[in-house]
Amino acid sequence: MSQTAARPAPSTADKPVVPPRRSPPWRDRFSRWDVKASPYLYIAPFFLVFGVVGLFPLLYTGYVSMFDWELGADHPEFIGFGNYVELFGDDQFYKTLTNTVSIFLLSSGPQVVIAVLLAALLNARLRLPTAWRVGVLLPYAASLVAIGIIFANLFGPHYGLVNSVFELFGLDRVDWQANRFASHIAIAIMVNWRWTGYNALIILAAMKAIPQQVHEAAVVDGASPVRRFFAITLPLLRPTLIFVVVTSTIGGLQIFTEPKLFDAMPGSNNGGSTNQFQTVTLYMYQTAFESQHFGYASAMAWVLFLVILVVASLNFLLTRRLAR
Amino acid sequence: MKRAGFWTYGLLGAFVLGSAFPFYWSYLVASRDSGMLTDRLPPLVPGGNFWANAQRVFDSVEFWKALVNSVVVAGSVTFSTVLFSTLAGFAFAKLRFRGRDPLFLFVVATLAVPTQLGIIPLYMSMADFGWVGGLAAVTVPSLVTALGVFWMRQYTVDAVPFELVEAARVDGCSMIRIYWHVCLPAVRPAAAFLGMFTFMTAWNDFLWPLIVLDAGNPTVQVALEKLQSGYYVDYSLVLAGTTLATIPVLVVFVALGRQIVAGIMQGAVKG
Repeated sequence: MSQTAARPAPSTADKPVVPPRRSPPWRDRFSRWDVKASPYLYIAPFFLVFGVVGLFPLLYTGYVSMFDWELGADHPEFIGFGNYVELFGDDQFYKTLTNTVSIFLLSSGPQVVIAVLLAALLNARLRLPTAWRVGVLLPYAASLVAIGIIFANLFGPHYGLVNSVFELFGLDRVDWQANRFASHIAIAIMVNWRWTGYNALIILAAMKAIPQQVHEAAVVDGASPVRRFFAITLPLLRPTLIFVVVTSTIGGLQIFTEPKLFDAMPGSNNGGSTNQFQTVTLYMYQTAFESQHFGYASAMAWVLFLVILVVASLNFLLTRRLAR
Repeated sequence: MKRAGFWTYGLLGAFVLGSAFPFYWSYLVASRDSGMLTDRLPPLVPGGNFWANAQRVFDSVEFWKALVNSVVVAGSVTFSTVLFSTLAGFAFAKLRFRGRDPLFLFVVATLAVPTQLGIIPLYMSMADFGWVGGLAAVTVPSLVTALGVFWMRQYTVDAVPFELVEAARVDGCSMIRIYWHVCLPAVRPAAAFLGMFTFMTAWNDFLWPLIVLDAGNPTVQVALEKLQSGYYVDYSLVLAGTTLATIPVLVVFVALGRQIVAGIMQGAVKG
């Protein structure tokens, strides 16, 4: 490491032997400063960036929500909780909130169940286990925009492949965009398509961590595979299931890209002609960046934030209880 | 454990086919012309028009510029996230300083903050800086993430022995050299995974670039959205665009799939 300390003393035989020189005082000072300050320097970038793009905007959103804040207005008018009062009387907001929750339930429910089953399949002794895992994770590489466009095409009302297949089997065509519930299902399928494999791998990792002896003991006691799954595997997966459910709640309630691109008339971008699949984040985006009512949109953001907190905590408690 | 049987392979195979199908569909439409979509049941083998459709993508939107922009944005975000996360992870895992534990707890707590909800003031700040429309507005907010710091700290705790750090200190090594010569080599696998993960996330990001960039200076995702949002949608054109935008990520993903899978599974156990 440091070369100076190891250098042999010069051959000065006639002089009395002096101990090797310690490092010069500026080095000591630097070294002390280095030990003290470096940790703070190393963690500073995160706190700076988070302060500027995370914490400050969140608080400032609350501040902006108290004003009648339009783009370009020099002196926004302070209206206190006016925006919130208006928001709670806004039918469109309720509709978007209902849509968001509906899409969220249709996506994360099946997603967790399928992910657990998929993880159980992947946990079997497979040939080429890595290849299967990569295959299952494939959708994760796709961009949401590409997926949104591809699925909007697949679920197209006239020429979409899904309707063609429906017809082939003698079923009725479904207008996936116009029908409110059908549109929610289609969007949920998009979400599930992308995230199920990812969650399955996280759950698989937790399954692998379950000690083999526990299962063997249960086998000796005569427990069937199904019984073992419900009595051993599921309870031991609890922390991971909580993690998966809570992260998918936070993501699922902010859903934006899928509904934005899922439109038969893509130019309109409004989440359907009667807002039948408009989500809160999409409504917020339009209010802020198309209509430029920043104050009103900020109130929406804060309400959504609170909703996410409440639903995530509820899910946390629920998952803890269910997977005893 | 028993060897996997027919049903296991059958179900897994069906799932993987379902995972791959939308990609295939996208290429299928992109390699023909939109007329195929009016057929009762479309042909299921690709046609030969992919390059012609791809050429039209480059003619319709600023696709070259979008590709370059995406590479620049995703590249710099990846570089800085890996650098700052490994530094912070090293500090939190191996250095002693006042307030370390509460500060780390704070980092973990910020994981729960949905940053999407702060976009309005963030946009206002970017407008004040005069950054709107430029790549800095897209890059700066993602220079380092709580997830990255958390991930690297968890890994560094086990991967770097305290003795090694102490020994280097006694030898008079400066902190930054300990980071460079002791810590970084030991945490390379985790850092590599963080890099891939960050690159994919940045490449695929949509909402924020859509807000701060305009059609003249887009990232790939914004350009794709522009392709699609006309009154008449030419699906062969649009899906040629999505194919072009997906291929690079898909290639990287398949090439590094083993590491990505290992990374996700490792994080799950530790997290």
